[in-house]
Amino acid sequence: MENYLLSIVVFFPLAGGVALLLLDASDRVWIRRLALTVAVAEFGLSLLLLRGFDAATTAYQFEELRAWMDAPPIQYHLGVDGISVFLVLLTTLLTPIAVLCAWDSIREHTRPFYLMLLVLETGMLGVFLALDLFLFFVFWEVMLVPMYFIIGVWGHERRIYAALKFVLFTMAGSVLMLVAILWLYQITGSFDLPDIQARLASGRPALDATTELLLFGAFFLAFAIKVPLFPLHTWLPDAHVEAPTAGSVILAGVLLKMGTYGMVRFCLPLFPIAAVTMAPWVAVLAIVGVIYGALVAMVQPDLKKLIAYSSVSHLGMVVLGIFSFQTIGMQGAIYQMLSHGISTGALFLVAGMLYDRRHTHLISEFGGLVKPMPVLCAYFLLIALSSLGLPPLNGFVGEFLILLGSYRRSVTWTALAATGVILSAVYLLWAYQRVVFGEITQEKNRSLPDATLRERIILATLAAVIIAMGVASPMFTSRTEASAAHVLQQMERGQVHLAENAGGGR
Amino acid sequence: MFPPIQDIYRLAPEFILCAFGMLIMLLDPFVPAGSKGWMARLALVGAALSTASVHWMSQFPGTAFYGLMLVDDFSIFLHGLIGGIAVLAVLGSYDYLEREGLQQGEYYALVLFATAGMGVMAGANELLTAFLGLEISSIASYVLAGYRRDALKSNESALKYFLLGSFATAFFLYGAAMVYGATGTTMMPQIRLAIEQGRAGAPLLVLGLALMITGLAFKIASVPFQVWTPDVYEGAPTPVTAMFSAGPKAAAFAMLMRLLCSGFAPESELWLPVIALSAALTMTVGNLAALVQTNVKRMLAYSSISHAGYLLVAFAAGARSGEGVAAVLYYLAAYALMSIGAFTVVAHLGGAGERRLTLDDYAGLGWRQPLTAALLSLYLLSLLGMPVTAGFLGKFYAFSAALKTDLLWLVILAALNSAVGAYYYLGVIVAMYFREPEEAWNPSPLPAAVGLVLLLTAAGTICLGIFPEGVSTLAAQGALALR
Repeated sequence: MENYLLSIVVFFPLAGGVALLLLDASDRVWIRRLALTVAVAEFGLSLLLLRGFDAATTAYQFEELRAWMDAPPIQYHLGVDGISVFLVLLTTLLTPIAVLCAWDSIREHTRPFYLMLLVLETGMLGVFLALDLFLFFVFWEVMLVPMYFIIGVWGHERRIYAALKFVLFTMAGSVLMLVAILWLYQITGSFDLPDIQARLASGRPALDATTELLLFGAFFLAFAIKVPLFPLHTWLPDAHVEAPTAGSVILAGVLLKMGTYGMVRFCLPLFPIAAVTMAPWVAVLAIVGVIYGALVAMVQPDLKKLIAYSSVSHLGMVVLGIFSFQTIGMQGAIYQMLSHGISTGALFLVAGMLYDRRHTHLISEFGGLVKPMPVLCAYFLLIALSSLGLPPLNGFVGEFLILLGSYRRSVTWTALAATGVILSAVYLLWAYQRVVFGEITQEKNRSLPDATLRERIILATLAAVIIAMGVASPMFTSRTEASAAHVLQQMERGQVHLAENAGGGR
Repeated sequence: MFPPIQDIYRLAPEFILCAFGMLIMLLDPFVPAGSKGWMARLALVGAALSTASVHWMSQFPGTAFYGLMLVDDFSIFLHGLIGGIAVLAVLGSYDYLEREGLQQGEYYALVLFATAGMGVMAGANELLTAFLGLEISSIASYVLAGYRRDALKSNESALKYFLLGSFATAFFLYGAAMVYGATGTTMMPQIRLAIEQGRAGAPLLVLGLALMITGLAFKIASVPFQVWTPDVYEGAPTPVTAMFSAGPKAAAFAMLMRLLCSGFAPESELWLPVIALSAALTMTVGNLAALVQTNVKRMLAYSSISHAGYLLVAFAAGARSGEGVAAVLYYLAAYALMSIGAFTVVAHLGGAGERRLTLDDYAGLGWRQPLTAALLSLYLLSLLGMPVTAGFLGKFYAFSAALKTDLLWLVILAALNSAVGAYYYLGVIVAMYFREPEEAWNPSPLPAAVGLVLLLTAAGTICLGIFPEGVSTLAAQGALALR
């Protein structure tokens, strides 16, 4: 089983989704139960990865390599390392949570909904585990379809606009990435990531500066749209606001990470010189995103939109960490990806729970909620605090490491980015205050029910992860360290280039 | 002197098609109105036998009838493809003809004759033979386009197709005459020889080449000769449109490739820029026009123009590498599957008189006809180029080949175009799944024959998307034959 573990992890949700089709379409109870069982079992399966995971090695683990097509040489190549292992776990953790969160709110077309959710899970896992560029691209694109349906069928009023915008933005980036993948194949004769990396590192064939810059640009654009990096973020608020809660959770929790993951996995190791050359520009965009996202979040009247813009801000921070080219910054970025997935996912869940009760996301419709629903508000506070980076919760670790890493590159960057941390406290606490404290302004809010058992299970799980990630962060960082350092090692060419240029400048 | 018996075998698919076509015409008056289904079965047997005979034909590679026809891996691939299209066309037509109350006998005969013509086009090694094939298939197609005699649009379709098609064939013939004047031969290998021996760049030759390309450009509907396509495709009976979008396109591309990559290969400096420019314009114009369509059938017609553009991208690459030709062949097969599938669904959903063709009619269909809607979504996603479908690998091979021959600008344009295409393909899915129906109507259940077409095309679309090796190897062999 060891040899097939990754394949099983990737395709088990798909198989579960197909199994759903065997059930009667109107049998909502069993459809939900089966979907939950599959998602939970999948989480259990993915835990096996952690058990066999060797933190010391930088090599890909549980590797699977099989021929798929001969000409062009395309392989079915999966593998996991310190960068992807926790993203896989994040995916498998958030999917059962999404299933639970949709439990009562998805009333129509239940079976296709869970089918889409499980297909989406397979797509996301494939993206994180594929080591062949062709295979990666297949998962990257295929994953669009279920998300498109989830937003378009089960979303709110402007869902059609939001779903199309989401797909078109992503496709615009990914078609150029496809061209870049093909171009890279023409140059290196391979689609296999480790193989291409080795060939480029050995300088046979060597990329000339322009080509490398163009290739980097094509990959980076696709990932930057997904992240989303300012100014490519405009699809995100629409998609989030219109998506059903479960969709928002997955979108914020996992999908956005695919962009930053792609940068770490592909942009840096394959095109180090271009990455180093472009790093200042990327950092500027990232910092603008951090501040702009936070400022816009502050003035949002809509809770869901506020969280969406906070994602723009937080992910700007992640990109900054990646492009600091410091091991510690890279580790911080990986950590922040996970922590943002949990915290923002949880924020969307809370927003969704409020929506289930009042059918609105407007902050002004709430106020004084602590009286009717103390438990929900307590969890909300914990989650908000974790999102704004209060020690010893999870958000703090990532942001701190990122700032530490970027400090070694540039004090200005760090100072500017740190304002984002402050601003996030402003918008989150202010929003929290308006929703939870104060007088009850709307009669309807007086009698809102507190968190149900199902909601408590969801929130308690996430709260446990939030605290665990904050307190026991070495458990995570020890496993990501080797791989993070390895990425930077592979970038040595770029670092040398940087040093030469800096030397020439002086 | 009589040609050797093997020559008959080398034309086996065409002979079988013509024999069955004539048999149907002969029997038709004697078959009572209620039993016309036998005509369909006969036609199906004919088409299937002809496709099967491609295997037999492939045992006798070489030229036939004094070098007029050629059996090589290239023509074998296309014969298989065209035969398969005929099988699907016959299968997909029966229930449509029943529903619309159209004459059955001659319809099938015409389909078989058109297919025979396409076969001749694919195998022709000489300009006049190619012209004959073009005429056989065209004339049958004109009649098929106007087969719904009492529908205004169908008449318009036939008339337009006839007028513009006649121009196209005339252009081709005139060009062939000029080439004959310049080289003293109409045989493809001899033309090449003449060019290599010093005829290159002769004004008469270049003019002849330009006219022939023009004629074929009409047939494959490339810009600026595409204006007839939407009207003809929209007006023709939908099963006929399904065939038009796949068969004649494949045959015309076959002729174009044989002509340019084989006969006029030494002149590739001349025609490559024309093809590349035409590719750029064709996909862009087709895509932009498709964006604003609300009639699904018409939208698919424009989409077929844009796919001709992607095919031309691969073809432009074929000027310098066999990979390009292989990519065209693969794309033709992939496009045939998804396009026939999509048009067949449209034909079925159109209902009596083809009245339900707009996006509004499709609203909410996904929940009332889950299977049909899911299949249509599959074809649309394949047309859009989603991975794990045939359409993606078609584009993948096409772009890959074009990149290899330094056509980066064309590939980037094609890639951006396919992102634009996402908008209108997804528009149909939006209607089917995301919108509420304005008026509740229930399409009739899928008839068995239509279901079979959909099953075959859907299975093919997915198989070619995941396990392309079988077809891509054949395509690569076909491309080798053209060198």
